[in-house]
Amino acid sequence: MEAMALKKHFFSDMGVMLGRSLRHIFRSLDTIITVTLMPIAFMLLFVYVFGGAIKTGTPNYVNYLLPGILLMAIASGIAYTAFRLFTDVQRGLFERFHSMPIAHSAVLWGHVLTSLVSNAISVVVIILVALLIGFHSPAGVLSWLAVAGLLALFTLALTWVAAIAGLTAKSTDGAGAFSYPILFLPFVSSAFVPTASMPGPVRAFAENQPVTSIVNAIRALLSNQPVGSDIWVAIAWCLGAAVVAYILAMMAYRRKIG
Amino acid sequence: MQNNSIQAKGLQKSYKKLNVLKGVDFEVEKGSIFALLGSNGAGKTTVVKILTTLLKQDRGSASVNGFDVRSQPDQVRQSISLTGQFAAVDEVLTGRENLIMIARLRHLKNPRQAADDLLKRFGLTDAANRRVSAYSGGMRRRLDLAMSFVGKPQLIFLDEPTTGLDPEARLEVWKMVKELANSGTTVFLTTQYLEEAEQLADQIAILHEGRIIAGGTLAELKRLFPPAKAEYVEKQPTLEEIFLAIIGKKGDK
Repeated sequence: MEAMALKKHFFSDMGVMLGRSLRHIFRSLDTIITVTLMPIAFMLLFVYVFGGAIKTGTPNYVNYLLPGILLMAIASGIAYTAFRLFTDVQRGLFERFHSMPIAHSAVLWGHVLTSLVSNAISVVVIILVALLIGFHSPAGVLSWLAVAGLLALFTLALTWVAAIAGLTAKSTDGAGAFSYPILFLPFVSSAFVPTASMPGPVRAFAENQPVTSIVNAIRALLSNQPVGSDIWVAIAWCLGAAVVAYILAMMAYRRKIG
Repeated sequence: MQNNSIQAKGLQKSYKKLNVLKGVDFEVEKGSIFALLGSNGAGKTTVVKILTTLLKQDRGSASVNGFDVRSQPDQVRQSISLTGQFAAVDEVLTGRENLIMIARLRHLKNPRQAADDLLKRFGLTDAANRRVSAYSGGMRRRLDLAMSFVGKPQLIFLDEPTTGLDPEARLEVWKMVKELANSGTTVFLTTQYLEEAEQLADQIAILHEGRIIAGGTLAELKRLFPPAKAEYVEKQPTLEEIFLAIIGKKGDK
């Protein structure tokens, strides 16, 4: 009976948790600015400085570039998820929540939902800027929904990676450091230049790492091209990473709460 | 049984090879203030974590408000509240928002009303709409205590409630704790300050090297101390002297 009572409260508890961390996001707008500013700067840099020299086979380099920029934004955004989680553990808020009669999973899922919402906000901001500098897409509603779904799945996977970092870190810097290698992945992928221009081993890596398939799938969806197998590879990468990271995060979580 | 808020029997806990608790026994009477006294690293926090269901003991048993901490953690959580070593408050939220959040999580009927009442009671009404990051250490602790009091739990755990506070803030916390106890709440507190235990506690237990080496009221503990020799002025031992004497005795064995 108690267990049922707790289940009944799961959604209201999570609502409280979500409301709390959304306040965090909107009260630290500098976070959103930091998260969106760097990818926007990269976008401008590549479009107006390097773009002219890059042969992508498409007339509009912004269209080519946008998917990779969005992934970069998400990769830097989840560092803040790790940071928020780390702060909660550090300040003892986790212990306070866990000693209360609430659904424990609501505490963690509140952070996960917050991560999805805050990253969605930065993605929208970046797309708006891209529209200003010439991005356009013939994609229909369904394709946009597919893009949104893919980005959400990518965010979810990285959020659980961030949860591992946030739960195991010893310092604030450590909590965010995991995102640097992820931030680097788009550079060795099809995000900025076609992989065909890369030398053998680099190309092999670029073509078989997750960012390339995700970027290709989003690019195809946004330009109304057939997505081929890329979308399935992309989904498989994201789902796989999400499941593995989730299991590791839960292990870290159990260790943390004894 | 009914008169006890907490009953701990033979609690043992080790972290990897470190044997923190080697068999801890004590009872806490309903409505009393109980102080667990010990030096840093004596295992006080481990005891609190076991009793508040954050940690599972390796051996032994403990019941809180009649519920077993291991097999009925949800019922235990329903009837207790924990104030940890560091003020566990959300710095980005205001004081009022912090209290409303806890009231919602405790599923109170009227979270706003509950928050306003507690703000008044803990002298935070003026600061209610300020973000906690702008609070002083004493105000944070007060908010922390207020958050623990949401929903009037029968038993409150205070883990080193005055560590890191200036003397004035400490006196303030003591006043609050006494008020809590007067309203019928049982208080379990840990402290490394002997004076704190002496000031507040009805019952004191001394935790040393993983065991309770002495326990009772202050008067009972004073009787454990070797009787005063014939002197012109009889000097009552302070709790500090008792503490050090007992530890020294056990250490010699």
